[in-house]
Amino acid sequence: MANSYYLIIIIGMALVTYIPRMFPLVILSDLELTAFWRRFLYYIPPAALSALIFPGILGATDSSIIAVIGGIVAAIMAYLKFNLLTIVLSAIAAVFLFQYLI
Amino acid sequence: MFYQGVKKALPVAIGYLPIAITFGVVASSAGIPARMIVLMSLMVFAGASQFVAVNLIASGAGILGIIITIFFVNLRHILMSATTSEKLKKQSKGWLALISFGITDESFSIIATDPREDLPRAYVFGLITVPYIAWVSGTAAGVLIGESLPALLESSMEIALYAMFVGLLIPEIKRSNSKLKVVTLAVFISSALSWSPFFNLSEGWIITITTLVSAIFAARFIKVEGDRVGK
Repeated sequence: MANSYYLIIIIGMALVTYIPRMFPLVILSDLELTAFWRRFLYYIPPAALSALIFPGILGATDSSIIAVIGGIVAAIMAYLKFNLLTIVLSAIAAVFLFQYLI
Repeated sequence: MFYQGVKKALPVAIGYLPIAITFGVVASSAGIPARMIVLMSLMVFAGASQFVAVNLIASGAGILGIIITIFFVNLRHILMSATTSEKLKKQSKGWLALISFGITDESFSIIATDPREDLPRAYVFGLITVPYIAWVSGTAAGVLIGESLPALLESSMEIALYAMFVGLLIPEIKRSNSKLKVVTLAVFISSALSWSPFFNLSEGWIITITTLVSAIFAARFIKVEGDRVGK
């Protein structure tokens, strides 16, 4: 493919990524929110993270079962309060091990 | 203050490295030129979107289709950015426009769960700079390692992005029972949207709809426990 093909995609991606990030931050910082909308925003992080994880994680490796094992290892490490790097590396190691064995 | 932000973001930045390296490896094995891969990380700085884009490019999707899909994958940032604005009330518009570039799932989680009411400028700047540097340099490293990596390790690395999301989610629900309820609800909704024969939605739409519906439902019906938000 020509470089211009990738350039157009990257510039387009940069725009549709930047605008949703920028707009509410610049506009909403003026507003006082009601209790309902504050609760709504309070619940956004767990809701968005859950939607990002599931069911997308099932397609992360060739085998859904191994992907879930990787997720469970990450969850256990996170529960035991390990830092993000240890969590990520443990999950990669677990998936690698299971893929190697099976 | 800048260094305090750097310190807080360091685990995120270090966590980005394997993901960024994975991205570099996956993107170059999809046949994208090295310069373009690094340019994408420099200009876009969004893990999930970049992985989705590489998948679409590899499958030969059209330019417009790719950009529209990425837009939907990114819609959740509207909600995150709106949440972030609660913590950045006294900042100038130009400054907000600049730091909004650095709002990722991870920096957002740190900002949103900060107990302080208003976050200092230098702190937030430190918070977003370090992960950005890690993301771009990790991508370049991944491109350099490229296809010399064994295929088995390469495919194992794709769990990295999800492991990071799990690592951010678990502390959230450990602290709050009401957030655990939201997680249950969100998983139920995204499963229904993904597998029910009645819907035929792209991944970006599923993420956006799930986030919106479960957060609105929770704001209406689930009491906030052990936190002062919304009382």
